[in-house]
Amino acid sequence: MPIREPHVYPGRLIVVEGIDGSGKSTQLNLLKTFLESEGYDVSFTEWNSSPLVKDTTKRGKKKNLFTPTTFSLIHATDFADRHERSILPPLEAGFIVLADRWAYTAFARDAVRGCDPAWLRNLYDFATRPDLALYFRVDIDTSVARIMGGRMQLKYHEAGMDLGLSPDPIQSFRLFQSKVIAEYDRIGDEFGLTVLDAQRSVVEQQREVRRLVRPLLKGLRRTHVARPTPTTVRSPVEA
Amino acid sequence: MEAKFFGAGLPTCDVSNLPGHLIVVEGADGVGRSTHIELLQGWLEGHGFAVATTGLVRSALTSKGIELAKEGHNFDRITMALFYATDLADRIENEIIPALRSGFVVLADRYIFTTIARGAVRGIEASWLAGVYGFALAPERTFFLRLDSDLLIQRTLRRGGELDYWESGRDIGLAPDLYTSFRKYQTLILKEFDRMAEPYGFSTIDASHSVQDVQAELRRELAGMLDPSLLAPLGNATD
Repeated sequence: MPIREPHVYPGRLIVVEGIDGSGKSTQLNLLKTFLESEGYDVSFTEWNSSPLVKDTTKRGKKKNLFTPTTFSLIHATDFADRHERSILPPLEAGFIVLADRWAYTAFARDAVRGCDPAWLRNLYDFATRPDLALYFRVDIDTSVARIMGGRMQLKYHEAGMDLGLSPDPIQSFRLFQSKVIAEYDRIGDEFGLTVLDAQRSVVEQQREVRRLVRPLLKGLRRTHVARPTPTTVRSPVEA
Repeated sequence: MEAKFFGAGLPTCDVSNLPGHLIVVEGADGVGRSTHIELLQGWLEGHGFAVATTGLVRSALTSKGIELAKEGHNFDRITMALFYATDLADRIENEIIPALRSGFVVLADRYIFTTIARGAVRGIEASWLAGVYGFALAPERTFFLRLDSDLLIQRTLRRGGELDYWESGRDIGLAPDLYTSFRKYQTLILKEFDRMAEPYGFSTIDASHSVQDVQAELRRELAGMLDPSLLAPLGNATD
């Protein structure tokens, strides 16, 4: 069961999880910039982005063809394609692979849509176990405030509109994502996710992220000596 | 028919009242599946039964995506298995169950067994894929048209057909030439079918017999199951 056993590849796999508006993507992007500036080989992948599956997902969403089962399966197909093509090769080549969402997203969301939890765990059994899985935990009010305050628009499935919880997208989002948070909390214990308080400022969170990542970097190849990063304050004398 | 699933089944899908019948016909390309399904359809309709047919990669959601993926060179085995599973789930929920609810006899040209066999030959654990298919409705009857690979080749070539790339397992490099590859691949597939025959309760039919004989046997079996008066003379096996 790969998803429950440490992998044997020379690279490192770091994933972020959390509901929409948790700020996980922002944190992962900051981490990516940091690791690249430190001279590490970094590869990035995100949920639902395989070119092989893209048109099918688009068709399904546009024509409203999805059921909980097919929605779950098409995301697993997407994940399998990326796992084979853009996750395993860099891991085997000693890269740091950063993934925005992992199988845990499916365990949380699809379970809320009614899929059987044991079925979901079997479905993603082939997924590599991350070296570090960061769960950015926010309460539902913070998440809604961030989404409403930003440029983000509530998407049909992200708001769980397919579940018919409420005709109002914001209310539906609240109800759906609250259930997703409850699932994440369960999954966190089961799979040993590292929980971060995502209510804090971006900087505070990023410092903690780097502190958690640093021990994983030991022994990893670097392509060049570290350059100062944008967050490192240098005095003119040092320069 | 009584709705039984191979596993946890489908969330949000009402299967409480399915007066129809799901009949599966399995077997390799060239054993005559589609011929027999067509003959059965005509025969059943002639006796007043409503018949619907379905087959691999015919779903509104995934058929285009899978065809495109098969044309490329990057169709990983797990991705392929999951894409086919998505296809079947879509057809079960949107075609097969609605037809069964309306009292149709649904004749399925292949089902989960072909994709489990294909996956197994490519190194995918059959138990994992069988677990993925936990959503699938168990057919009332599965006819396995069995033919050894030498006869299969002869039949395909005699008909002026070509040995198909995927049906020859060209993606897994079994042999440098098409003929040997096809023969080896189909022998492996046959072994997987034989392995599934008992646990899944296949009705195995020797497909080396004539079309008339095979069709007569299928009709005897179906009549015993659906309605004995089906065997009353109303035409012969090839009408």
